[in-house]
Amino acid sequence: MSSSVRQGSRASRYALRTIALGYLTLLLVLPLVALFYRTFEHGLAPVWAAVTAPYAVHAFWLSLELVAIAVPLNTVFGIGIALLLERHPFRGRSLVGALIDVPFAVSPVVIGLSLVLVYGDQGWFGTSLMAHGISVIFSVPGMVLATAFVSLPFVARETMPVLRELGTDSEEAAATLGASPWQVFWRVTLPAIRWAVTYGVVLTTARALGEFGAVSIVSGNVLGVTQTLPLYVKNEFDNFDVTGAYAASVVLALLTVFTLLFMQVLTRKARRAD
Amino acid sequence: MLGRGALALYLSVLVLLPLAALAAHSLDGGLSAFWQSVTTPEGIAALEFTLVVSVIVVIVNVVFGTLIAWVLVRDDFPGRGVVNSLIDLPFALPTIVVSVVLLALYGKGSPVGIDIALTRSAVGVALLFVTLPFVVRSVQPVLIELDRSMEEAAASLGASPATIVRRVVLPSLAPAIISGAALSFARALGEFGSVLLFAGALPFKTEVSSIYVYNQIENDNLSGAAAVSVVLLAIALLVLAALNVLSRNRSRHVL
Amino acid sequence: MAIEVYDVNKRFGDFVALGDVSVPVDDGSLTALLGPSGSGKSTLLRVIAGLETPDSGRVVIDGDDVTDTPARERGVGFVFQAYAPFKHMTVRDNVAFGLRVRKHPKADTERRVAELLGLVRLDGLGDRYPSQLSGGQQQRMALARALAPQPHVLLLDEPFGALDAQVRAELRDWLRRLHDEIDVTTIFVTHDQEEAMEVAEQIVVMNRGRIEQIGAPRELYEHPSNEFVMSFIGPVNRLGGNTFLRPHDIEILAIDEAGGATEALVERVVHLGFEVRVELLLGDGERIWAQVTREQAAELELAEGQILATRFRSPRVFAAG
Repeated sequence: MSSSVRQGSRASRYALRTIALGYLTLLLVLPLVALFYRTFEHGLAPVWAAVTAPYAVHAFWLSLELVAIAVPLNTVFGIGIALLLERHPFRGRSLVGALIDVPFAVSPVVIGLSLVLVYGDQGWFGTSLMAHGISVIFSVPGMVLATAFVSLPFVARETMPVLRELGTDSEEAAATLGASPWQVFWRVTLPAIRWAVTYGVVLTTARALGEFGAVSIVSGNVLGVTQTLPLYVKNEFDNFDVTGAYAASVVLALLTVFTLLFMQVLTRKARRAD
Repeated sequence: MLGRGALALYLSVLVLLPLAALAAHSLDGGLSAFWQSVTTPEGIAALEFTLVVSVIVVIVNVVFGTLIAWVLVRDDFPGRGVVNSLIDLPFALPTIVVSVVLLALYGKGSPVGIDIALTRSAVGVALLFVTLPFVVRSVQPVLIELDRSMEEAAASLGASPATIVRRVVLPSLAPAIISGAALSFARALGEFGSVLLFAGALPFKTEVSSIYVYNQIENDNLSGAAAVSVVLLAIALLVLAALNVLSRNRSRHVL
Repeated sequence: MAIEVYDVNKRFGDFVALGDVSVPVDDGSLTALLGPSGSGKSTLLRVIAGLETPDSGRVVIDGDDVTDTPARERGVGFVFQAYAPFKHMTVRDNVAFGLRVRKHPKADTERRVAELLGLVRLDGLGDRYPSQLSGGQQQRMALARALAPQPHVLLLDEPFGALDAQVRAELRDWLRRLHDEIDVTTIFVTHDQEEAMEVAEQIVVMNRGRIEQIGAPRELYEHPSNEFVMSFIGPVNRLGGNTFLRPHDIEILAIDEAGGATEALVERVVHLGFEVRVELLLGDGERIWAQVTREQAAELELAEGQILATRFRSPRVFAAG
């Protein structure tokens, strides 16, 4: 890390530091502290009861199920598309790159809507899906699609710069030593990008777990059936069950904190590996 | 190659088709219906409000984001590592939880007696929360790699620290700040979950375009929702493209 | 294995990397591809290795046309300028790679790796990671790795370019001895003419995608076929547009010993250890520099401002272009 520069007086340095930390405290830290405070204001018991309520538990497992499907899909896709764009460039590659970035530019509500317009009853595939008895919207497959859409870019975006910097030398060396393309990927490329991929997977998981808007539209929000944990939070809030909403929020917040800690560990490991 | 086909299929099923369907359905009743859906009083109010508050949020982010990046890179204090990880919190926290978290402190029953829930400022605060990391994380790596010798040369020529920052450092950071601003804007424009509970959805008051679209969907007005979505998307993409061009133009001179 | 390259052409977009290149390489020889950047020497090496496919032409290794054979089936060992180590593997695993991907028996692999580590003098470092080695050590590891699967041909792309002068000199010497010991057809790419002259048995001089001349070092120095080769290999003076002269072929005499000699004014005398460089201004305004020994300089009492006579031995005239 760069050493601090004696630029300007100590006073100005302290002033900047105070303003920056003050801003962060007011915006991030205090609200988080308030969440925990108000959740546990009346003791542990009501929180525990809220967290173990059947609908809450179901919502939790449904969230995990969506993550368990969407994240591996996006990981395989992310590595594949990164390899394609960085190792086998083709015309139209910037278009594909832009497509991958779409989830960053689009509102989750719009994402949900666009999926409904393809796979919903009034959508393009609506009638043919209905004919085959396949239900996408208002059931889990649709929610998987929504979750995958919003968390699509992360693995690809983390992997591409690493692949670019790695260069093709070691892969070519492996080829001259007799390795098949699969062996080159498995023994040389993948180990070299593993930290970038892992970091991308963590980001993907966090995003997938926390998704609200898109899944909200696509799921129909049926309690106990198509409600994820974030949707459950809203549901509880709408029903004036503040404890329930807070409790579920705390669970999600704790998961987030663990994710952040994990990201820290990974960054340090990746830095050491270089 | 089989792999290439599978990747193309995945991308189409997930992104391409839905976007195409969005565009197609928005024109379901022809251009006149499109125009009607987009120019409802409530819709226009929502869009105006969304644009204004997003621009304000971006400006605040540019200032504070750069400041925070500066402090994290150039200053050193106990707990700097923790603060650095904190910046990623808005990336990882579910948006609905953001709403709840802000309500806990700045809503009804606030432990410090501040209640700005269901007001326009609430929208601003929520958007500031979720867009915090973009400028900071965009500027940080550039600041770390910045060649100090430029600043040292300016100092040896008699420039004051403030002048150095204004004339040497900030111009070098401009491309990163601009691309961070672009991402902030795109995110702010479409933000939904964090605004929903904290600011509510009062039409003509705290309703943002994403909530307006949501309401149209609930009322089964899919083509109307699609029309407004297309407008939102177009604005986001245009601003992103423009700012990216701007950022690249400036980096050509800097790097 | 003897290598033959026939009429190979390769373009990258509009850039012609190789134009009608044909090169014969004898079995067991040590050949240098020498030329400035952009001359196509690395491209030619990569075409021989199978890392690039030529647009036209053929590559034949030991009688087999391998033009369409992928790199991994050609049995060539390749050493990169930046070593291309497998950073996440130990030195031992790096060297063993070529054997492991071919499912070589384990005991045999271990024996061979130990043998090679001894050969390149890295024994004891087998369990380190490449990042823990110096540049020179990493390059020796790269060599051992390339040699492990017993390739028919060894190709090195500017192998010593990334190393500092002393290590470079050591490894040059070492490569020459290794080649004597191992007797594998070896081709290496360099832009350093001194390196080529010192190490190679045969030099292929390339410029802008074409072959300028092929021959033994001495042959190229004493009988260059054109201006480019002469200027690239060894120092040269240019007179009147198309006459070229080696600095040590300029005889300097005292002015009264004249007789058919050109007059010259000594502008500067530089003592570089054994060699003395004399910068001369000729009557027609041309400037040349001559190379004489310390003894000769002392004998002539060389000093600035002196007027002397010069005689030119074996000047070479090349047609323009």
